[in-house]
Amino acid sequence: MKTQWQILVVDDEQVMRDSLAGWLGEDGYTVETAASGREAIDAARRKDYAIYFIDLKMPGGIDGIETMMEIRRLHPDASIIIITAYATVDTAITAMKEGAQEYIVKPCNPEEISMLVNRIIKVKNLQRENTILRKKLTRQYRFGDIISKNARMQEIFTLASDVSSLRSTVLIQGESGTGKELIARAIHFSGDRAARPFVAVSCAALTESLLESELFGHEKGSFTGASTQRRGKFEMADGGTLFLDEIGDISPKLQVDLLRVLQERAFYRVGGSDEVRVDVRVIAASKVDLREAVQQGRFRDDLYYRLNVIEIDVPPLRNRREDVPLLAEHFLERLTPELRKEISGISEGALRLLMDYSWPGNVRELENSVERAMVTCRGHVLTEDDFAFLTRPGNGHAWTPPDVSLDEMEKLMIEATLDRKDGNVKEAAIALGIDRSTLYEKLKRYEIRR
Amino acid sequence: MMVLRVAPMGNLDEALLAAIVESLRHGYGVEVKRSAALGEPGFAWDGARGQYSAPLILRHLLDGVAAGSGKLLAVTEQDLYIPMLSFVYGQAQLGGQVAVVSIARLRTEHYGLPPDEELLRVRARKEALHEVGHLFGLVHCPDTSCAMALSTGIRQLDEKQPSLCAGCAVLAGEGRNAMRDGE
Repeated sequence: MKTQWQILVVDDEQVMRDSLAGWLGEDGYTVETAASGREAIDAARRKDYAIYFIDLKMPGGIDGIETMMEIRRLHPDASIIIITAYATVDTAITAMKEGAQEYIVKPCNPEEISMLVNRIIKVKNLQRENTILRKKLTRQYRFGDIISKNARMQEIFTLASDVSSLRSTVLIQGESGTGKELIARAIHFSGDRAARPFVAVSCAALTESLLESELFGHEKGSFTGASTQRRGKFEMADGGTLFLDEIGDISPKLQVDLLRVLQERAFYRVGGSDEVRVDVRVIAASKVDLREAVQQGRFRDDLYYRLNVIEIDVPPLRNRREDVPLLAEHFLERLTPELRKEISGISEGALRLLMDYSWPGNVRELENSVERAMVTCRGHVLTEDDFAFLTRPGNGHAWTPPDVSLDEMEKLMIEATLDRKDGNVKEAAIALGIDRSTLYEKLKRYEIRR
Repeated sequence: MMVLRVAPMGNLDEALLAAIVESLRHGYGVEVKRSAALGEPGFAWDGARGQYSAPLILRHLLDGVAAGSGKLLAVTEQDLYIPMLSFVYGQAQLGGQVAVVSIARLRTEHYGLPPDEELLRVRARKEALHEVGHLFGLVHCPDTSCAMALSTGIRQLDEKQPSLCAGCAVLAGEGRNAMRDGE
């Protein structure tokens, strides 16, 4: 509807203001007028108009160009049309250089104004639709700060929402950069503990003794350097959530201590004799497969089962490639104000490149890549060139291991090499780095015909 | 009942005026009366432009009508303009009382062609419907066949029908009722 678009007509002559406002009003637009540059700037401070018609010459105050520049500062995306009865090349160049979208000479043909306004509004409608659509998609595929339209992730969102107000421990497993902490935060902030603390600890970052003190606190004098009593993360998270990242890295001793806390909801500070009771919901995360670690004896099975009351396995980004464009657009939108760049989108070619890449660093790597591309981008759209760093050697691009067994891989390799060597077994053996008899055995084993 | 008056500014062809009156009666379902001729709009002449100012004409018409006395459509032979544009076929107060239509650029002679009275009448009916539509609060219609579509040239005007589309007809009815209630 045109009435949603407001137009400001700025001219010191009332008859000019009224006639243009009347004409545009008949066309369905909501039109306001200003009799001077100062009035126009005041109006622009109160609202952002879709189109500004500004007369070039307005005696007795600031002129059309100065008015336009000030409005541009307030609204960088403003569509400004400079009107003048005195067309000169100099003023036209100045007006366009300072940001006028169009420069028209009055009186102008009705068709000219009509087409100009329609063109501008059409673009604004498309921009608005695009923004609404993007926001809709983001809302639809969002849980907290996590965005995904992958079916498996949607299941995780549902599960995380269901357990958000429970006290049960949650174990989140997934590769680095898949958003395990974001899921933990989303669980906390969508539950009834949202108003209480969310405390995160990286178990991999500290030595055993420091981690013990970090988690449980210490009493004054309990070890060298412990000059005061210190509350640990369990106490700081009392009533809220404690997020233990890289839980697979903790020592056997700390595994025992942690198990006791989970069972009894109480612990002792390092060097302390008083029991400290806490009400903490524990969410743990691990990039290593804890089931495997238990089987290998590196992780206690009783602690594993205590942590794994609710299990969430986060798929890597390469297994949910449909999320790549959604995430890339989200990072672009989020980083745009931060980086102060006017980048409106990502080209089709760039999106294809992003979809093909294997993303060993998962979502974190995607975010960093988008940021890097934005920093170096010289245009208004991110293109393949801006992501060229992903395709350089050593960047993990271009080859993702196929989902086949080792034997199948070997068979494929042999077949490809024989094909390349036109069936010559001697040359194929040399290329594969094995002797001929070994190759003949493999040909027989895999039933490969030459 | 709301009355819409049609008044020529100077001498105009009676058959043309009758066609306009009938078109408005049929198109808007209101009582339409032919009023006595108004004077030529000499007061609106702009020598520099060689045209007549539509805003000045509207102001003049408004001075001559009492509030609540219905609506007035003036018809003139003279070429009209508004300051921003090189010409207008007519102008109206949106949701107001007065409007003016010019037949200067509706004549085929304006385009170097032989006179065509029938085509002039059809064009005049369309333009009259359009400006009176604005009096009833209608804005430009995106349907290019509707009389309320914007015409920035004679070709677009000829593409229109001398009638409102279904949507504008409904809106015109609502506008008419709202204004009747306000009288």
